Amino acid sequence: MRTDNEAAPPPPPAADPAANAVELVGVSKNFGAVAAVHTVTLAIRQGEVLTLLGPSGCGKTTLLNIIAGFEEPTRGRIQIDGRDVTLTPPHLRDTGMVFQNYALFPHMNVFENVAFGLSMRRMPKARIAIEVSRALEMVKLEGLGGRRVRQLSGGQQQRVALARAIVIQPKVLLLDEPLSALDKNLRGQMQIELKELHDRTGLTTVFVTHDQGEALSLSDRIVVLNRGEIQQIAAPLELYRRPANGFVASFIGDINHLPPAECHRYGSDILFRLTPAIELAMPARADLALRDDQKAHIFVRPEHLRIADETGEGRNRVLCQVVTHVYQGTHTLTRVEAVGLGLLQLRIPGGEIIERTPPGSRIVVTINLDEATVLAEA
Amino acid sequence: MLRLEPRFAARARSGLFWFTVVLILLFMTIPAVVVIATSFSPSELVTFPPAGLSLKWYVRAVTYPDFQNAFINGLIVTSFASTLALITGSAVAYLIDRYAFPGRAALEAVLSSPLIVPHFTTGLGFLMLGVALGINQGYAIVIVTHVLLVLPFVTRSVYVSLRNIDPHLERAAANLGASPGRVLTRITVPLLLPGMAGGWLVAAVLSLTEFTASLYVTDAGTQTLPVAMYTYIREYSDPTIAAISAILILATTLVMFIADQIFGLGRILSIDAH
Repeated sequence: MRTDNEAAPPPPPAADPAANAVELVGVSKNFGAVAAVHTVTLAIRQGEVLTLLGPSGCGKTTLLNIIAGFEEPTRGRIQIDGRDVTLTPPHLRDTGMVFQNYALFPHMNVFENVAFGLSMRRMPKARIAIEVSRALEMVKLEGLGGRRVRQLSGGQQQRVALARAIVIQPKVLLLDEPLSALDKNLRGQMQIELKELHDRTGLTTVFVTHDQGEALSLSDRIVVLNRGEIQQIAAPLELYRRPANGFVASFIGDINHLPPAECHRYGSDILFRLTPAIELAMPARADLALRDDQKAHIFVRPEHLRIADETGEGRNRVLCQVVTHVYQGTHTLTRVEAVGLGLLQLRIPGGEIIERTPPGSRIVVTINLDEATVLAEA
Repeated sequence: MLRLEPRFAARARSGLFWFTVVLILLFMTIPAVVVIATSFSPSELVTFPPAGLSLKWYVRAVTYPDFQNAFINGLIVTSFASTLALITGSAVAYLIDRYAFPGRAALEAVLSSPLIVPHFTTGLGFLMLGVALGINQGYAIVIVTHVLLVLPFVTRSVYVSLRNIDPHLERAAANLGASPGRVLTRITVPLLLPGMAGGWLVAAVLSLTEFTASLYVTDAGTQTLPVAMYTYIREYSDPTIAAISAILILATTLVMFIADQIFGLGRILSIDAH
């Protein structure tokens, strides 16, 4: 807790790439016989927004509770700001948490809610008033300090919860699915505001969500979790382009998982035989070590499938039949079926395609593998 | 005909329904109605229906020294008994809700047992215990008896309120730097206050009107109002007893009404909290 600067909001902490705000080393948590978190080792950098992403039951909330101190890990240790806090009770950890249901104190008004953490730190009343109004201003709730929390809308409650967590200038801000209770429009707006708030406060933030869109748009880095284990840690773009395994590939964004293929080197290309009739080619890549006759799984994003000229020539052409179109405003998701490949999804800009190729029409699709994810079968 | 028939059936059903409701209401309130009606009777004897209208028995009821003393005794016993029960009950409710310990289920069962053990058994037991310990006279034995009788209600009330507190609130407070002690004083207890106050009021009403056990453990100096009323009716047969009963009915109704408005009686009296 900083109590010395009176003036402007504190500047973002100096970017020191070596400093980690939070470190988890070999953390496991069992509930009875169930392992909710399994040997997680993770370093959260000073000032970054790190997202814990995964389906429900993947252990992301348990991990957040372990950082906050609400759960004691079965094994492993936790450091916050270089200090081992594995056995430190929650109230001495200096973390600021925003709960999924906000958990605002119903017997206090907005001001008292936001002031709570400061009064626990025995800050003088006059200072508390200044800090609270500054925090309320940051979340655009200036002047609402006297409201009862029951009188607030969901979005306003969420802002109070945020103000209450940031006003104590925590060593790490913990957000437990804070947007899930908001309606869709408000959620988009709050995403932007969260980002702006982070730019201004520079607080190290751990964000828990099951919504990959939220994760991609808010995070510096994303930790994908499944069944209590880390699947991949990467920046959003890298995660989208280079998923480390099949789980990540299917969980992040839409993707076409092609049937297992047999690979053959052919000059500077690799050929994948998907069916006796369908063979796709890809330029050989340094990061791909594939032997001849090895089985591989290919994942292609819908935007890398295109509708080709029917009479044209070229590689990776597959004859398909249109199944459905789903119009989405800026683009259309088109499902087609190819013999031997099953259903494929294409993402086509605009909506002209709907009239040009009604369901049932035959089209030729080119599958561009330049940016495909190829995972060799072990 | 065909169109009217179901409507007729519905009307008949609805008539039967309201008839039953009125019948039940009559049955539930008839003793109180008889007592209140009699209390306004001008005659010296308890008669129903009353032959006229008079307030003289009310004057006698509130000026009768035995009733006055008994009322003050009742207030003394009630305030101590309800408060002691509130403190004990809150602590027990907190223990049962928050901690798993051997004998927790047994404690829960014992706490609901005065609902099963007849009041005269409790009274007799405390009387015999009081005699054995030499404390069978004075307020202490009455207060202890009443604490035991109202404890389940207070405990239930606090327990239900505890269950209704969102556990995230206490976590949020701890997260913001509140030690376990301060979580208790700043979050848990303030949120429990309505339940505690409601429990206290219900306990007070029960204690004020308790008769059976009080008959055993009070003496001439400590007798509470219901006991004094019993003594009175054994000596006199005028409607003073009806007047004091009417006052008691009105007072408890008022208290329960206020309690219900402020705290929600349904929650306080709910026996099954789970």
